[in-house]
Amino acid sequence: MTFTKQTESKKNLTFECETGNYHTFCPISCVSWLYQKIEDSFFLVIGTKTCGYFLQNAMGVMIFAEPRYAMAELEEGDISAQLNDYEELKRLCLQIKQDRQPSVIFWIGTCTTEIIKMDLEGIAPKLEAEINIPIVVARANGLDYAFTQGEDTVLAALAQRCPQKSQDILVNLTDHEPLIVFGSLPNLVAKQLSLELASHGISISGWLPSSNYIDLPNINPGNYVIGINPFLSRTATTLMRRRKAKLIIAPFPIGPDGTRAWIEKICSVFNIQPKGLYEREQKIWDTLQDYTSLLKGKSVFFMGDNLLEVSLARFLIACGMIVYELGIPYMDKRYQRAELDLLEQTCRKMQVMMPKIIEKPDNYNQLDRIKDLEPDLVITGMAHANPLEARGINTKWSVEFTFAPIHGFSNSRDILELVTRPMRRNNSLPNVDFV
Amino acid sequence: MKLAYWMYAGPAHIGTLRIASSFNNVHAIMHAPLGDDYFVMKSMLERDREFAPVTASVVDRHVLARGSQEKVINNITRKDQEEQPDLVILTPTCTSSILQEDLKNFVDRASFDSLADIILADVNHYRVNELQASDKTLLQIVAFYLDKAHQLNQLSMVKTQKPSVNIIGCVSLGFHNQHDLLELKRLFDDLNIDINLIIPDGISVHELKNIPQAWFNLVPYREVGGLTANYLNQKFDIPFIDIIPIGVLQLSRFIKAIQEVLINSGYSVDYSSYIDQQTKFVSQSAWFSRSIDCQNLTGKKAIVFGDSTHASAITKILSAEMSIRVVWSGTYCINDAEWFKQEVQDYCDQVVISDDHTHIADLIAETDPNAIFGTQMERHIGKRLNIPCGVISSPVHIQNFPLSYRPFIGYEGTNQIADLIYNSFTLGMEDHLLEVFGGHDTIKSTSSTLSSTSNMKWCNEALEELTKIPGFVRNKVKKNTEKFAYDNNLKQITLEIMYSAKEANQA
Repeated sequence: MTFTKQTESKKNLTFECETGNYHTFCPISCVSWLYQKIEDSFFLVIGTKTCGYFLQNAMGVMIFAEPRYAMAELEEGDISAQLNDYEELKRLCLQIKQDRQPSVIFWIGTCTTEIIKMDLEGIAPKLEAEINIPIVVARANGLDYAFTQGEDTVLAALAQRCPQKSQDILVNLTDHEPLIVFGSLPNLVAKQLSLELASHGISISGWLPSSNYIDLPNINPGNYVIGINPFLSRTATTLMRRRKAKLIIAPFPIGPDGTRAWIEKICSVFNIQPKGLYEREQKIWDTLQDYTSLLKGKSVFFMGDNLLEVSLARFLIACGMIVYELGIPYMDKRYQRAELDLLEQTCRKMQVMMPKIIEKPDNYNQLDRIKDLEPDLVITGMAHANPLEARGINTKWSVEFTFAPIHGFSNSRDILELVTRPMRRNNSLPNVDFV
Repeated sequence: MKLAYWMYAGPAHIGTLRIASSFNNVHAIMHAPLGDDYFVMKSMLERDREFAPVTASVVDRHVLARGSQEKVINNITRKDQEEQPDLVILTPTCTSSILQEDLKNFVDRASFDSLADIILADVNHYRVNELQASDKTLLQIVAFYLDKAHQLNQLSMVKTQKPSVNIIGCVSLGFHNQHDLLELKRLFDDLNIDINLIIPDGISVHELKNIPQAWFNLVPYREVGGLTANYLNQKFDIPFIDIIPIGVLQLSRFIKAIQEVLINSGYSVDYSSYIDQQTKFVSQSAWFSRSIDCQNLTGKKAIVFGDSTHASAITKILSAEMSIRVVWSGTYCINDAEWFKQEVQDYCDQVVISDDHTHIADLIAETDPNAIFGTQMERHIGKRLNIPCGVISSPVHIQNFPLSYRPFIGYEGTNQIADLIYNSFTLGMEDHLLEVFGGHDTIKSTSSTLSSTSNMKWCNEALEELTKIPGFVRNKVKKNTEKFAYDNNLKQITLEIMYSAKEANQA
């Protein structure tokens, strides 16, 4: 496949789909950040040694900190149905209840439970009644989903558990309709965004997920919901269809431009005139100048593995970069509509080419294109980082964007901290050619 | 079902992939769902400059519904054209093995259209672990190419003129394998023995037909290579040595065994002066055992846990070479329990066979040894219990793939191990003395300068936030925030002010 270096601007975004032969994390990895977020939870991953091995390697040090998650490791007897699923799960869950006393147990279904058709959704309510702990089932498997979509399956399941108290027994502290934000963020970042909205007179009535299962937000029909991350389409759908909530479709609060657009959209829904929002955005851009000057005119190639790609690409284009290719595991054009529009606008404003969006990319073909295009930076997984560096191509591990605080005005710098790191490394290592 | 938090040995396909990626120009195609290609950690742990020769033929919803059909075959033939490997190993995973697709049939059909040889890794995911699978896969590949050479009449059965050896079982992601290998090369060079083949590290499958030219085989590690050596012994009558060449005493046994093999083949050698020379002058370990440092270790309590190779070797060194009391010694290689018991039972009070890390943690807490020699897991257990630990075996982290020369095998290995052991114990001693005498005197002075004398008021919410900031930057954040508040004439620090201070400091 040949691909010539081109920077003339294309009129619209183009979408392509390849073979789906790409590296990404298994969606069960979501337990690593969700168990930390939901403090009274326990995550039980029902799968094989392969799942366990992945988790223990991907999570590195965290595994040693007595995590509130474990494998229910399936043995040959489970596969061949010589053992009874219900009895086996009951035994393990009772043990968890006794050792950890969680307020909720999440069952994470895996490829194996799919293939042997273990009826987790059927078993859970019965067992829940018997052992008296809520059991939430999420099928976060590698047959259907990639990496961050794991969180989506968990939150979609959790959305069903949010209480629905009637409006009149609740004291509405706000003068606008209740607003629930969905998406798991570190508490610090969640607080920063809450304060940001509060400065415009908007208060968030709840977060999905909350820090504790017992504090899940109240969601009534007609309440407004808004997503914080681009990979939460199932959760959005569930909130709309099952909970009859109204979804606010906005760009995601990643980068100062995204954060401004996110707040602006919420304000417009509540008929509030945001005050000083553009000034605030500009001030943040000013603080980023030392980093954006490094990025100006540089090119970037997203291999695609965590669904944050559109938002990050949009922010980096606003920083002056050129995006050659935007690989992404899965593209929900409806849920990401506003983000895609902002991407187009940003490209026009910066007068750069619209990136090609490649859904389900083929890593082998991508490496070919990278070879031809020689981008200044490739955002990629661990599989390709060292080999690409050895070939003189700068890389940044994409996984870091999932674990670093990147949302809101205050954390914009953290994103650029990551993106500019290889460039800063190069500036301080002028003789990097020696490899 | 088994409740499990952590495992010592990985799933079977990892073993197969470690073998495949050790060879030169062998490609593995995993029949696996998205995300199972986590073997990519190879490029991270070993800091490999090459792309790991592993591709997934992705099992997704469509495959569940209709079967893989042409997908696996297309992936094999595509890889054949793209990379022109000598061999493609189709690797089943735990997911694919319950799909019960006829992978053998795919292999046969793909063989028609491919230049590469294609084999299906013959491992059962629910019965063998990573280590057993690598042992099996290595045998499978060796047997395949010897059969092929036999059929084509290309087997060269004539022994080399000079004594020579095949080293079997050096695989990628092995614990200090690369360093061990260098040390073995040096050792055989000293003994005037040629190395015929190193299997599989870095060799081409086409070289395997030269295996029978070696006078004898060496299996340095217990976990991988045993099956192959046995097979070669039965089929071609090649003798093998499986004494682990770790530690001074084991090394003498090892070299004497080589001597015996050579003499039996009609080649007269006497290595005793070499052993003497090396033990006295190259290895410092024998002298270390006599030195006053080591005398202080006499009777100190240690426990050992790891794979059977390293746990057994270290147990013997501690007990027989350094007079340290090994309270218990254990392995997670349950399939090899009998051998392990035989090896170590005279060198420790008790033998432990388990792959449950919580059981091991409890045992360590109960024993309360002066030092632990184990895997990364035991290191963390040690941290929690405040017991020093030397890492002697997989599973390991990236820091156990050191850049510097750190063999465990051979005479240089004995020096490395002596350092590792001695450092673990002295550190423990130092800690203990510090506690007795009230700690480092710097602790007090630093904390007094760190305690802020400012009279800035913090609201509870902000204070709570402050405590969540990691310790090593907390004081800096506190100072910066207070300075920001002071500069802006603010009396009380709220959450908002904290965040504004963060932004201001970035500007």
